[in-house]
Amino acid sequence: MSAATHLVGYDDAMENFDPVFGIEVHVELNTKTKMFCGCENTFGNEANTQVCPVCLGLPGSMPVVNEKAVESAIRLGLSLGCSIRESSRFARKNYFYPDLAKDYQISQYDEPTSYEGSLDVVLDDGTVVTIGIERAHMEEDAGKNTHVGGTGGIQGADYSLVDYNRGGVPLVEIVTKPIEGMGIRTAEVARAYVATIRDIVRALGISDGRMEQGRLRADVNLSLRRKAGPGEDQSAIEFGKRSETKNVNSLRAVERSIHYEAGRQAALLLAGEPVVQETRFWHEDTSSTTPGRSKEEAEDYRYFPEPDLLPVEPSREWVEELRATIPEHPAKMRARLQADWGFADLEMRDAIAADALEFIAATVAAGTTPQAARKWWMGELARVANERDVSLSDLPVTVADIAELQGLIDAGTINDKLARQALEGTLAGEGSPATVVAARGLVVVSDDSALEAAVDEALASQPEVLDKIREGKIQAAGAIVGAVMKATKGQADASRVREIILARAGVEG
Amino acid sequence: MTDWTRSTALEMAAALQSGAVSSVALTQAHLDRIAAVDGPVHAFLHIDAEGALATAAAVDADRAAGMELPLLAGVPIAVKDLVVTKGLPTTAGSRILEGWIPPYDATVITKLKAARMPILGKTNMDEFAMGSSTEHSGYGPTHNPWDLDRIPGGSGGGSAAAIAAFEAPLAIGSDTGGSIRQPAAVTATVGVKPTYGGVSRYGAIALASSLDQLGPCGRTVEDTAALHEVMGGHDPMDATSLDEPVPACLAAARDGRENGLAGVRIGVVKELGGDGYQAGVLQRFAESLDHLRVLGADIVEVSCPSFKYALAAYYLILPSEASSNLAKFDSVRFGKRVERDTIEKTMLATRAEGFGDEVKRRIILGTYALSAGYYDAYYGSAQKVRTLIQRDFAAAFEVADVLVSPTAPTTPFKLGEKLNDPLSMYLQDVATIPVNLAGIPAMSLPSGTAPEDGLPVGIQIIAPAHEDARLYRVGAALEKALVAQWGGPLASLAPELEVTP
Repeated sequence: MSAATHLVGYDDAMENFDPVFGIEVHVELNTKTKMFCGCENTFGNEANTQVCPVCLGLPGSMPVVNEKAVESAIRLGLSLGCSIRESSRFARKNYFYPDLAKDYQISQYDEPTSYEGSLDVVLDDGTVVTIGIERAHMEEDAGKNTHVGGTGGIQGADYSLVDYNRGGVPLVEIVTKPIEGMGIRTAEVARAYVATIRDIVRALGISDGRMEQGRLRADVNLSLRRKAGPGEDQSAIEFGKRSETKNVNSLRAVERSIHYEAGRQAALLLAGEPVVQETRFWHEDTSSTTPGRSKEEAEDYRYFPEPDLLPVEPSREWVEELRATIPEHPAKMRARLQADWGFADLEMRDAIAADALEFIAATVAAGTTPQAARKWWMGELARVANERDVSLSDLPVTVADIAELQGLIDAGTINDKLARQALEGTLAGEGSPATVVAARGLVVVSDDSALEAAVDEALASQPEVLDKIREGKIQAAGAIVGAVMKATKGQADASRVREIILARAGVEG
Repeated sequence: MTDWTRSTALEMAAALQSGAVSSVALTQAHLDRIAAVDGPVHAFLHIDAEGALATAAAVDADRAAGMELPLLAGVPIAVKDLVVTKGLPTTAGSRILEGWIPPYDATVITKLKAARMPILGKTNMDEFAMGSSTEHSGYGPTHNPWDLDRIPGGSGGGSAAAIAAFEAPLAIGSDTGGSIRQPAAVTATVGVKPTYGGVSRYGAIALASSLDQLGPCGRTVEDTAALHEVMGGHDPMDATSLDEPVPACLAAARDGRENGLAGVRIGVVKELGGDGYQAGVLQRFAESLDHLRVLGADIVEVSCPSFKYALAAYYLILPSEASSNLAKFDSVRFGKRVERDTIEKTMLATRAEGFGDEVKRRIILGTYALSAGYYDAYYGSAQKVRTLIQRDFAAAFEVADVLVSPTAPTTPFKLGEKLNDPLSMYLQDVATIPVNLAGIPAMSLPSGTAPEDGLPVGIQIIAPAHEDARLYRVGAALEKALVAQWGGPLASLAPELEVTP
């Protein structure tokens, strides 16, 4: 016990031990209906309003497979380089829990739909790591328990409430093979792997992959083993006891839970204490894990083929049709886009981090230059999204709006400053940028006589500027441009104003 | 005044159509009969007089208005309590579902409603269909109308007894290992287990999902055929439902009755007879074979050597699936709840109190058989036996169009006689179980009474998958010959029940 209270740092842990890890990712599919019934598959409705005899497990009810979920699962399997089984079966996983309506979960056991794949994961420095995929199988989600009173757990609660809206939502569980030899990069690889899965499910359009809403959930298995001595083969050394950390609900948590678990296990091992094979839970608030049930006394799930369902037997033709719909690997797509767009590495990385790639790509496709598209999505829009604490996709603005906005600038109708005002109007619900421009009268003043009058007025209060310009300090014109812009409420064409000032000074622009 | 309860369902249908009787009168006659005899018989767990009469009145009104109605419109029916009925209590014979009112109808109930058949009530059964005597009902046993001291078979003893006692002309049963056929045999009624997938299981409380099948029960082959056609057909709510037309059962029955069985090859299964079968049962079976020969059939002997493993395989597969199917009875969402201070204790207490001994026995067996380390030896081996049995049937159907055997090895035994001897109770289904393991259709129809005890004996007819119509052709032909021999339907020869005034 004592060793568990102090931790060894991640670097020290990796210095002393060889880590082996594996990840199970659960992806909630965004099909219209649930896995085995016709109930709506949506998020956030009032408790127990999306239920029927089937997903409530009422006596006599029977499941029917959602073909669209099978399609999504196969496309995901193909994206992970998996083989698709000609005949796969559902199986019952039996255990009692109040959120599990039938007290068994319909899952897949020894005959998963997708098996034996591999996925290339690109790290920040461009290193490519290939992750072996053991299987990707279909299953149904459980409902959601809320324990009231006590410590919030099921034990000691005054009472518990169950919401079965999520019960029966289709899931695909992706299981990696054990990943060895990553050493100090273990946490980084784990994070990149989960991020890649997230990117793939989004590119496939089968899930929004939002970890914060539990649509994509990771369980991280980690064990440490002795480092190989000189002349010893590391892969020949037996694995250590592993922990399985559940509830890892962000990319950052994937990385940090590995840091924590590596440190905890290393501390135990260095103190000569055993690591217990167990399930642990990640706590975001304390950045630590606590033990769940011990795997030593793990439940026997008594799997057997689900007799209420026929085997899933996708035809070869169908699988090939689906294969043709698989988008390119996110890393390859990014490399291609970066080259096409001519973005610097940092610009690209920022755009990825902000989830802005698809918006930039769509805006470019609508005719805007890559740099202009980047400027809007990574500038003004990213700032507003950040301010409102929402993602770019939640902003009330479309790709078409941004293309239109940039079009207005390129046509000289408005300048950058007016464009920001137009965008602000669009975000406030006043309509498309062109509508806002028209309604607010945001038009560049290019009438020379009006501009000349404004320039003269500004020069009258700052007569020394003309002398400075004549002495060669052309940047001094900036003060007058600023004054004119202010006077015209930003509607002046700045470059024309500048020309007029220089003409007044008798200097060539 | 005609006692309509003694008529066949098709006679009732004809009388309704001609206006000789109204559905309300017919339904009331059956409700009166239930009131008069069901005290001692105890075929029903719940009677829905109001609902049945309302349906009957609506049928009468529509008929009076000249509307075209389905064949059995207005003919009342009883439903095994395993089938969920919206708004009507459904217990599957278990205390754990006491008071549960389902919020939905099983697909077969939807079909009965579309056929405009008044539902008289829900019939008694062994708890969750586990048993061959209806003694395992959580609500007390049903008694055989032929001898109230004897069992009516099981698990569908309630449906069979209701028909045999003229409380209903037709009933719905379920058959996992013989639960329609063995009660039919020991009550002198007709019962059919259709091809697996022929009738939707949606809304039938599952015992063993890969074996369960709902089926029709009646007093004559033709009545049973008519009900089979109402119940059958594809259901998108049941993934194991066959996507093919309902077999033409009624036409096949009429064909058999009128044209005999010239050229039909009938296989006698060597392994289903002899040791363990009561002498009178074998005697009546032999007589039936003679009738079949006279009707023009060729009788051949077939051997199904794997059948000796059928009972053992069945008692691994059934408890395994049942242990999982019955997990949902956990007190959380419906049914009984025995409150304790934690959810785990509440679940345990509810199941301890709610389930009877036979159910617990099979849950324990099944849980064990599916456990890690035992799965291959038990569940896995049983599935292999299943394949062998299917091969035996396939080989037999190479030389025979249908197979025959006695339905049950004995006439009905006395209540309580086998309660403490589960193995001997399980042997009641030795001839019916292979059919469920193979997913094929079979019928039991009366073949007479055993000379030694005067109690009913049944003959089983087995057909290949999807060939349910053959059962009706052969069954109707044989029934005609037997009825001619007896001078009337066997059911009508049962001793009169004492009537409660």
